[in-house]
Amino acid sequence: MAAKKSDGKKGKAHLRSVSNSAPEPTAQDMKAFYREMLLIRRFEEKAGQLYGMGLIGGFCHLYIGQEAVVTGIQSVQEEQDSIVTAYRDHGHMLACGMDPKGVMAELTGRKGGYSLGKGGSMHMFSREKNFYGGHGIVGAQVPIGTGLAFAHKYKGDDGIAVAYMGDGASNQGQVAESYNMAALWKLPVLYVIENNKYGMGTSTARHAAGDLYRRGEGYGIPGEQVDGMDVFTVRNAARQAIDYVRGGNGPYILEMMTYRYRGHSMSDPAKYRTKEEVAQFKDEHDPLLLIKSMMDKAGIKEDEIKAIDKDIKEIVNEAAQFAQESPEPDESELWTDVLKPVEE
Amino acid sequence: MTIEVLMPALSPTMTEGNLAKWHKGVGDKVEPGDVIAEIETDKATMEVEAVDEGVIGKILIEEGAQSVAVNTPIAVLLEEGESEGDIGAVSAEADEPAPVDIPCVPQSSDSSAPAVAASTAAQVEGKAIADRDILYAQGQVLEPPPFDEAAFFSKTTEEVTVREALRDAMAEEMRSDDTVFVMGEEVAEYQGAYKVTQGLLDEFGDKRVVDTPITEHGFAGLGVGAAFNGLKPIIEFMTWNFAMQAIDQIINSAGKTLYMAGGQMGCPIVFRGPNGAASRVGAQHSQDYASWYAHVPGLKVVAPWSGADAKGLLKAAIRDPNPVIFLENEILYGQSFEVPTDEDYIIPIGRAKIERTGSDVTIVAYSIMVGKALEAAEKLAAQGIDAEVINLRTIRPLDRYTIIESVKKTNRIVSVEEGWPYAGIGSEIAALCMEHAFDYLDAPVKRVCAADVPMPYAANLERLALPQSDEIVHAAKEVCYAD
Repeated sequence: MAAKKSDGKKGKAHLRSVSNSAPEPTAQDMKAFYREMLLIRRFEEKAGQLYGMGLIGGFCHLYIGQEAVVTGIQSVQEEQDSIVTAYRDHGHMLACGMDPKGVMAELTGRKGGYSLGKGGSMHMFSREKNFYGGHGIVGAQVPIGTGLAFAHKYKGDDGIAVAYMGDGASNQGQVAESYNMAALWKLPVLYVIENNKYGMGTSTARHAAGDLYRRGEGYGIPGEQVDGMDVFTVRNAARQAIDYVRGGNGPYILEMMTYRYRGHSMSDPAKYRTKEEVAQFKDEHDPLLLIKSMMDKAGIKEDEIKAIDKDIKEIVNEAAQFAQESPEPDESELWTDVLKPVEE
Repeated sequence: MTIEVLMPALSPTMTEGNLAKWHKGVGDKVEPGDVIAEIETDKATMEVEAVDEGVIGKILIEEGAQSVAVNTPIAVLLEEGESEGDIGAVSAEADEPAPVDIPCVPQSSDSSAPAVAASTAAQVEGKAIADRDILYAQGQVLEPPPFDEAAFFSKTTEEVTVREALRDAMAEEMRSDDTVFVMGEEVAEYQGAYKVTQGLLDEFGDKRVVDTPITEHGFAGLGVGAAFNGLKPIIEFMTWNFAMQAIDQIINSAGKTLYMAGGQMGCPIVFRGPNGAASRVGAQHSQDYASWYAHVPGLKVVAPWSGADAKGLLKAAIRDPNPVIFLENEILYGQSFEVPTDEDYIIPIGRAKIERTGSDVTIVAYSIMVGKALEAAEKLAAQGIDAEVINLRTIRPLDRYTIIESVKKTNRIVSVEEGWPYAGIGSEIAALCMEHAFDYLDAPVKRVCAADVPMPYAANLERLALPQSDEIVHAAKEVCYAD
């Protein structure tokens, strides 16, 4: 991991000390997390395969390697909370309970997709799950997430917003603008920086001055750097951060140290990093291997794990099948949804 | 059933590549995520990862093979319990269509979509369709939404400034809907940089009248997020010049999300503030953005002239479920007009107003140029030319019907705008007349626009840069061949 690796049990908190009274993970937790992360992993592998077959077009940014981040955070969110992220978004959609079929069918640009095939990989939404996209412009989701939080506070619904961004996005001016307003108005927003070490092909060492979790310091926003490959570490950090945010104390920044195994997008051969580096993460820090070894130690039986594997395989295969059988959108859809009709 | 591993594409444009290296051989066990081969194109090399678990049963394309077509089977994977005998006859010929035999990837991969021919609203099922919006998008000329404006003016009216009319519109809507709030620089304690929000803080408090830092990109995006999450923000830009900092949020986030979400989302938000030239504030503070925003599907663009326009259109904008760009004018803020007092005076967006009827020439204008056009019409009347003046009120969706009907009557048209000529609103009106009133035109359409230069500071040059009534008179006489 990066030089500032933290095991999470002693998270690097700023302006606030982190108490670490996190409960020990139960066998049930382990199985649930394993299942959730495996769904994302297998879904993304399948998406990569369909892309390779020409069934998915355009841009396709896979989340493989980063599964623990969204899984851990989502596990401690409440139903009324809202989520927004950028374009590496399939994992977030699955984690907040969106139907894999609808997500995959959107990737293939079909009628059964969440946006009827009109959005694509980067643009999906679910009002039902409070998932607000899916945004293709680096950093644009951060003020939007801040606005989601503004509305939670305005309505007094006890919800918080979680705004995800990459290490690359954290350099955008609108992120600084958002931090300022969120801190000024004590908005209930958790900013999650998914630091996968590269903003496209440029490493954090070459694109970011200072530590990203400390970027809120000037505004009085506490920040913490967390091992984003261990789902339980993520969960514990998220639980404390969310308690802080929901408690009316204003925003919080979690920098999740993670890694994407694939290129930035499908067409990126990722020549800017060494094979050894990728292999090290895959072999030593893989979130799925990590939880598998925990499950092993906890005495969870092999056939229980196999049953989960089988189940996930079926779900993903069904999603892939649906995504290919669902027809393309009706041609008339070209013209719909540009404007909402005005009520007379 | 055995699984075929196919030659993958690195990008949608890749059609073939070279199989540079096999990392696994026959008999090797593979798991999802394992690198099994490397492929290369002239641009890049990439690793091929296994998606399924199994044992390599057969290599179909040898290492070093050149120009292997995408989707050609390159290997066969045996699942648990299968042996080499299960491998059927597999064509490794690149030029044959790849028989996709992966259990989870059935062959019926494509074109099961029934061909739906036309694109009218009635054919879309299960969704409320605004025929008008669709037909407008398809370029049709539609009668504007009905509105009996005279009925409101026959009741009580009061003389108020445009500034007060805007404030009253916001106050009335904030009273009737507590999800409406106003946010921007100096809108609260300072009472508005141009005093448009005067008194709102006192009545509605700082929860609903929110002073922001000078951070247009951020608070425009924040407004969009709040609109997604159930509120109806009115975002004030101190001037539209500063909104260029925020234009990505306005277009990409506010304007496109409904479409990108297949109708699931929605962004009921008003972006408002003074637009165009004020008085001698120089190039960076004097620009008309009408044609910029009017270019974008998913936005509505409104530009009031009178106090009545300001009140009736702003109320309509706040109630509209879509993002509305509301272009005010600093010079007009202090001008007084009769405004109906009825709180139901709401001008439908998309409806122009004939401010002066005439028979010889049509003059279309919006915002401050409506006043200049009326001034020109008086001068023309003195010279025996009877001009009809149309106040566009809405720039998008444009009231094409009222313009075309007027041209059918007068056979001559002049468009007036404060913006630059190139790709301006006048260009759109000229195109509209070509497409829908060509046979009625007795003269080419004439445009009166700002000079095609950045706004100068010097008083004489600024006056030269902006359209004046004499230029409108000149243009009208030209199309009437009256000189």
